[in-house]
Amino acid sequence: MSAIIHLNNLSKHFKVPVREAGLRASIGSLFKRQFRTVKAVDEVSFQIQPGEVVGFLGPNGAGKTTTLKMLSGLLYPTGGETSVLGFVPSRRQPQFLRQITLVMGNRQQLVWDLPALDSYDLMRAIYAIPTAEYIHMREELIDLLEIRDLVNKPVRNLSLGERMKVEIAGALLHRPRVLFLDEPTLGLDVTMQRRIRAFVTEYNRRYGATVLLTSHYMADVEALCKRVIVIHHGKVLFDGELSCLVEEFSAFKTVGVTLQTASAELQKYGEVISQDGTRFTLRVPKLETAQVTARLLADLPVDDLNVEDPPIEDVIEHVFAQGKLEEVAR
Amino acid sequence: MKHMLDYYLTTFRIAIQSQFQYRVVQYFYMIGMIAEPVIYLVVWSTIADAQGGSVGGYTPGTFAAYYLVWTLVRNMNIVFTPYGWEQRIRSGWFSMDLLRPIHPLNNDVAYFAGMKVVVIILWLPIGLFLALFFKPELHPGWYQVIGFFFAIWSAYLIRTMLLSLLGMITFFTTRVGAIFELFFAMELVFSGRLVPMSLMPPVVQQLAGYMPFQWTFFFPINVLVAPMTALEMLGGLGMQLLWIALGWVAVKLMWRFSVRQFSAVGG
Repeated sequence: MSAIIHLNNLSKHFKVPVREAGLRASIGSLFKRQFRTVKAVDEVSFQIQPGEVVGFLGPNGAGKTTTLKMLSGLLYPTGGETSVLGFVPSRRQPQFLRQITLVMGNRQQLVWDLPALDSYDLMRAIYAIPTAEYIHMREELIDLLEIRDLVNKPVRNLSLGERMKVEIAGALLHRPRVLFLDEPTLGLDVTMQRRIRAFVTEYNRRYGATVLLTSHYMADVEALCKRVIVIHHGKVLFDGELSCLVEEFSAFKTVGVTLQTASAELQKYGEVISQDGTRFTLRVPKLETAQVTARLLADLPVDDLNVEDPPIEDVIEHVFAQGKLEEVAR
Repeated sequence: MKHMLDYYLTTFRIAIQSQFQYRVVQYFYMIGMIAEPVIYLVVWSTIADAQGGSVGGYTPGTFAAYYLVWTLVRNMNIVFTPYGWEQRIRSGWFSMDLLRPIHPLNNDVAYFAGMKVVVIILWLPIGLFLALFFKPELHPGWYQVIGFFFAIWSAYLIRTMLLSLLGMITFFTTRVGAIFELFFAMELVFSGRLVPMSLMPPVVQQLAGYMPFQWTFFFPINVLVAPMTALEMLGGLGMQLLWIALGWVAVKLMWRFSVRQFSAVGG
């Protein structure tokens, strides 16, 4: 199968003016301006197959949104090549734009003062959707997202989560084949996050759409993405299955142990992360896990013991902290 | 073509709906706008009276006609401003417009055209009041009434092109307020907005001949107010078309060059 999204050494560099603080520097900058180049995205390469749901992870400023903007044609790359659905995004051809969508958690395209249904009608006109197809898709999205009682209210009267749901419906009316979702659950409560996740899964299943998703909520990534791409300082740190990321980068395991007494000294077995009565949680170096669990069982009156991978947030944090630059492609 | 017509009509409808949501605000905005020509009118009428009844051929009655039509023309040539461009680019909202498979300028043209429906409905009582109060001398021929319709829409398109060109400077730098102010000062002098162009010094009139401004104010007002043959009027409408065409080419070139600079600031 040929890739639907293809990046080859894609880069985006911004030239930003720099100046010291103070009046002297201010006057000096009138005669000699200094710039520095910020490599927002630096020779990023990856491919995504049709129908894949891929998590695009990284800390703030890592280059995730810049990459999404280049892939959707909003930004011209400084270097490298990219193709989405066989198009060069920066050319912004209407045939290309009709097949993609970019949903940004902090941006909206619905008319603020009018009910969402009016904006949907505008989308129909923008994307030249045949009326019957439009009505069918609109009704389907309204049902899937459970927004029937929201679409008749002016958008300004909706809560953040409600607005996000009607926004997503608007962004998908033209049935895009590629979805770029930039923090789609930003600021939403847990229930709303879960609904949006379920919706993305269902949309992907029904239409075979390809999804590239950024999110700071690891629950989004765990629920939706089998594969993740981790980016930091504009470079890809990891590209592979989520489970492999944990395997690859987690230096520790979490050992949960329930004892018959609460007064045991467990520091010699590993770092005690928490204690809740007789239940202790330890962080143990991955290579020593087998040995530590054996010692715990031998030395102490153990009622229960389990070994888990650390939370994905901890692994990601560890990856960023480590700043490992080698690309692990699978 | 059918698709674009559908798009324009839908946007037109959306604009009318949105503007009716803020009709009170619109009214206050319009009353504020009316203050400008009323001041000009009072000043020039006073001068005309002091000079024995006319200035450069304009009597208080023709001044009243000029500035009354001015209010309608001004409302008609309200377009998306460079400040709006600056705001949407600086805030990052422009990203959403760029993602649509339709040129963003279409939205500006269609939306502001739709606004005119609301604006004209709101203007009618104000225009009527001004007419009763200032008693304009207005005797257009039938062809002038028809020509006026085309002249105000052409003025709208010329101004849209001009202000879009200006707004696109924001792609290169997001602090362009000073350039905008310079533009509006020039427009005030060379368009007939401040005073009918025929009252301006000859050198200003000559310079204005090379600029598009008078085709957005002075000409459409004159089509209805001044004695004008059909041929003169058609010549003027032709000049408007020329400026629309020039503006359109300039906008296309500028767009191609400037959109590459878009750095999608603020998201």
